[in-house]
Amino acid sequence: MDRIIQQLPRFFSPGNISLLLDAAGTTLALTFIGCVSGFLLAFLIVFLRQTPGIWALPLRLLGIAYVEIFRRIPFLVVTYLVLFFIQTFQSDASLFTIAVVAICIYATAYTAEIIRGGFESVARQQIEAATAMNFTRWQTLSGVIIPQSWPVILPPAVAFAVGFVKDTALVSQVGVFELTFRGKELNNGGFSGILVFGTIALIYFGISYPLSRFGRWLESRLASSRSEKPRKRLRTA
Amino acid sequence: MNYTFQFGVALAQLPELLKGAIVTFELGLLTFGGGALIGLLGAALKTFGGPVLRGIANAYVIFFTNTPGLIQIYFLYFGLPEFGIRWDNFTCVLLGLTLNAGGYLTEIMRAGFISVHKTEMEAAETIGMSLLQQIRFIIVPHIAKTIYPALANFFIVVLVMGTSIGAVVGVDELTGTAINISTENYRWIEMFVVVAGIYVVVTFIASLSLALFGRWAFRIKAKVF
Amino acid sequence: MHHLEVRNLASAYGRLEVLKGVNLTLKKGEVMALIGPSGSGKSTVLRVLMGLTRPTGGEVLIDGAAVDYTRPASVRAARDRMAIVFQQYNLFQNMDVMRNVTIAPVKIKGRPRAEVEREAVRLLEKVGLGDKHHAYPDQLSGGQQQRVAIARALALKPEILLLDEVTSALDPELVNEVLDSVRALAADGMTMLIVSHEMGFVREVAAKVVMMDKGRVVEEGPPRQIFDAPRTDRARDFVGKILRH
Repeated sequence: MDRIIQQLPRFFSPGNISLLLDAAGTTLALTFIGCVSGFLLAFLIVFLRQTPGIWALPLRLLGIAYVEIFRRIPFLVVTYLVLFFIQTFQSDASLFTIAVVAICIYATAYTAEIIRGGFESVARQQIEAATAMNFTRWQTLSGVIIPQSWPVILPPAVAFAVGFVKDTALVSQVGVFELTFRGKELNNGGFSGILVFGTIALIYFGISYPLSRFGRWLESRLASSRSEKPRKRLRTA
Repeated sequence: MNYTFQFGVALAQLPELLKGAIVTFELGLLTFGGGALIGLLGAALKTFGGPVLRGIANAYVIFFTNTPGLIQIYFLYFGLPEFGIRWDNFTCVLLGLTLNAGGYLTEIMRAGFISVHKTEMEAAETIGMSLLQQIRFIIVPHIAKTIYPALANFFIVVLVMGTSIGAVVGVDELTGTAINISTENYRWIEMFVVVAGIYVVVTFIASLSLALFGRWAFRIKAKVF
Repeated sequence: MHHLEVRNLASAYGRLEVLKGVNLTLKKGEVMALIGPSGSGKSTVLRVLMGLTRPTGGEVLIDGAAVDYTRPASVRAARDRMAIVFQQYNLFQNMDVMRNVTIAPVKIKGRPRAEVEREAVRLLEKVGLGDKHHAYPDQLSGGQQQRVAIARALALKPEILLLDEVTSALDPELVNEVLDSVRALAADGMTMLIVSHEMGFVREVAAKVVMMDKGRVVEEGPPRQIFDAPRTDRARDFVGKILRH
């Protein structure tokens, strides 16, 4: 205990504090870039899965296979695989980029299921009406399905991204300078494990908890927009 | 840059990898079991406890669900020795993952608890059941069916995702074993592709079995695939 | 030449045969009603015409030209000439009334927006919803939504209008307002194929009534024949049961 108190001033030096703040920024950047790009790619996967016609069967299977496979591999393994693959063919790729690619690949698989659920939540009848009026598949998707799926897609998608803040800790294993990596560094440099990891835990908490509260607020806002009484909704102007 | 894939070398290591897979399972089962106990206690505290007990349970859940499992493990593995407690890496991982799982399972169990209608409880009370008896005969069977899908899914999460964290501190579960072997045969890509394949197959079988069991035991029509 | 002709139409869902050889002919401006018990395949006929359900046999001819439901271009051309109003109205929940009515003519048929909007105003006025342009479907009653659906179908300027049990999902008080709109359309000379349970209305507005059962046409003729003097036992049975209400 005394050891910890002794270390406090050295630990909370301006240098260290800025180091940790930087690392927190990296953690946030990793999460945000990875999850947003994953979200966009997930739309692509879902479109692939829904392409009609016999000729598109390989595409549909590809979409299904991608999701089913990458939802069943631990993120650590995905990260290592991305690391090895990229480094084999491009040895000077930045570790940050590698980490973002790994997060993106993983997030795409999970978010694709969320988006698919969102699309399926739109009543078939509206889609039939659109088809009967000669809407193309894309027109139905963009004009009718997607505008109405947001309340179903956004809350779980945001919750996933917020939850992923914690999972980014694993990319410390490939040497990215985020929070966990800096924590290990400081611990290796002689600071008490309790002090270091306690502080890092609190920083993660400080990022994750407010974001998760935001996610829940968003969910309750969007849930009320789906209820029967006329409410503010994501309208097409 | 050229790289010749040599999957034969990786596949030859299957027996070793399968030993690692067994450790993964052990870790997963123990974690889930311990976490479920914590979850039951936490859910009970949050549902039936007074403000103080609820606050404690809440604080526990909020802390463990908003901090990374890896940091929790590091805290134990690097922090406990400062109190003179030197547990091995397996124990630290088990403890860390269990405490972590307990946070999430508390919420899952709690959803089950509050799904039981007050009226069922009142009816039980009028025929003289104590709180404990109510829990045993009314709540638990009702909840079991309600939360089974969430529990089954979380088990897969714990089994697959959770346990691979152990590799970071050197536990020889599946991922850890792959790392060990790769440092010797340098077939990192092939080893990890094989390992990924094992995870996919194992989790697929596990979720299939759990879904089938759910149908048989609780008549839950879950999407199997 | 008939405006619409259906020859030996068959449709199956897996092994379940829903339509087993249906024959219909509609002249221009004629109003035909399909009646029959649930499951007789009446709605399926409309769905097949609009390309929502695949036919497994038979032919559909519009103005003598056959529609090839296996070729997307042919299906699109057929849909261009027809419009359907569904039992559940099927309005687009994320669009207001005006946009529901105008979106297809503008976006799909490519007509100029100003012209379509003028037409939409006229149509909405005609179905009695002139003051609801910017309401959203969830703010309207069932009867109002159905009338929007009718306006939406009319905005497409179809040659043939298909009405699939358009009053079945409505509370009784709201049925009449919809029937009024349909009555007006019939008076205007629109070729219509109506599936309905409203026998009084069918009798009043249809020139030909076709009774279906188990995927086949049982009897067809003018309303007076079907309702007052059915020739087949099956028709007599059905009409007897329903008219007792």
